[in-house]
Amino acid sequence: MVQYLLSIYQPDGDPPPPEELEPIMRKLEVLQRELREAGAWVFSGGLHAASTSTVVRAGGQGVVTTDGPYIEGKEHLGGFDVIEAQDLDAALVWGRKLAEATTLPIEVRPLQWGSCG
Amino acid sequence: MGIVRLTPMSVTSTQIERIFRDEYGRAVSVLTRVFGDLDLAEDAVQEAFTVAVNRWPGEGIPPSPAGWIITTARRRAIDHARREVLRDAKHADAARLLGVQEGDVHDGVPGPGLPDDRLRLIFTCCHPALAPATRVALTLRLLGGLGTAQIARAFLVPEPTMAQRISRAKAKIRDARIPYRTPSAADLPERLGAVHAVLYLIYTEGHTAGRGATLGDTDLSAEAIRLLRQLIELLPDDPESTGLLALMLFGESRRAARTTADGRMVLLADQDRTRWDRNLIREGQVLVRRCIELNRPGPYQLQAAIAAVHADAATAPATDWSQIVQLYDHLLALHPTPVVALHRAIALAETDGPEVALRIVDELDLDRYHVFHAARAALLRRLGRPRAAAAAYAGAAARTDNAVERAYLLRCRDELAAGR
Repeated sequence: MVQYLLSIYQPDGDPPPPEELEPIMRKLEVLQRELREAGAWVFSGGLHAASTSTVVRAGGQGVVTTDGPYIEGKEHLGGFDVIEAQDLDAALVWGRKLAEATTLPIEVRPLQWGSCG
Repeated sequence: MGIVRLTPMSVTSTQIERIFRDEYGRAVSVLTRVFGDLDLAEDAVQEAFTVAVNRWPGEGIPPSPAGWIITTARRRAIDHARREVLRDAKHADAARLLGVQEGDVHDGVPGPGLPDDRLRLIFTCCHPALAPATRVALTLRLLGGLGTAQIARAFLVPEPTMAQRISRAKAKIRDARIPYRTPSAADLPERLGAVHAVLYLIYTEGHTAGRGATLGDTDLSAEAIRLLRQLIELLPDDPESTGLLALMLFGESRRAARTTADGRMVLLADQDRTRWDRNLIREGQVLVRRCIELNRPGPYQLQAAIAAVHADAATAPATDWSQIVQLYDHLLALHPTPVVALHRAIALAETDGPEVALRIVDELDLDRYHVFHAARAALLRRLGRPRAAAAAYAGAAARTDNAVERAYLLRCRDELAAGR
């Protein structure tokens, strides 16, 4: 089994209005349950807006702290799931479900290693 | 393993090269299944062929060259693994290899019900998680047995770039666990579509004149046809594979007529049809009939049927354009893209006149596609608008990278400018 990071990329700015957001959240709850029941779930998280992030760099001149995010753009990492799957095809099935539930692009990337708790 | 002692000296390097090209993909695919690692499989197969080059001229070619190569490659890999264990390195690889039982390796020739490993390998090489250009390179390398330098030359890419593309792809296959198996029945049509697209890309790269797409004795079109024939042997019931093969064969049949002796492009309408290869056309026609019997039409089958109508016409004016328009109507319904609409309009010019066709063409959003401008130019010329036609030919010439095509388009422009 391999672990994969499923990254959810969100457009910056206000979240969608409740009438759009609520059905998405319901679909996500269903998917989270499905992941757990399939024994594929490892870890999940949702992030505050990219504008709340801070970047720290350690270099020859000491530590420099700046307002984030690190990469400028119109879309940023908004949340993620770490799942366990037999191979990429199996991971992509979960990726597709997450993309359908969130209506957002999902990046599926294998973990080289991972530890927890 | 028994060796057939024919006349040993008759074993030439050309014969071994031939066997290498025919059996490389099979050997790599079997050993990839056994070892679970593409790099190990490739290294071992290449080593086995090095042994063959030294031995076969003296001992003769074994009765099952593929079996010999696979057995030799496996032994070599296991020898290496034993040495690795002694050096206390690469434990995992070595342990896995030593765990391979003799019975795991059949001679690579599948019995009934045993899936051919090459089928798994082609689905790995053409996996949608890989970039299209990478799928093409991997397929040529792992199934076609072409060297990195040959592939780089064919695609006009520096060799280190191609080497990096291939090694990154292998690393992705390993690290992201792109599976090595035939897709499920539910995924098969889509995944097979990706395989067809790769083979067609290889074919068209070889078919487009003047791109330096020759590979010494092998050319890309022939390679695509060879790989597609293998695919059809493995999956005989897929009508789109058959349609694609027919389409490629019709294209190949016109190869000699497509350029003049001095390398200038000749349009379909102006080709010397006595130079078309009748054997390839006959095979294409048989395949198209088989598709019609299967009655599950798809885009490649329809394009093959259109090519078959052209092949049936003894002269260009004898072409059954109304049948071609009908086939394009069907194709457009299945595959509604501007490019299909453009080709349908070009056919429609022959049944309904250039004015009707130009009205359709002008609505299409294909500004970056040189064929769009060339088609407009030809229609404008027929409508007696030479200046607009010349400008459209110039626009087409500016949008192609192909020297032979560009020369043709500029010649057309110059003829119009000279008032001929």
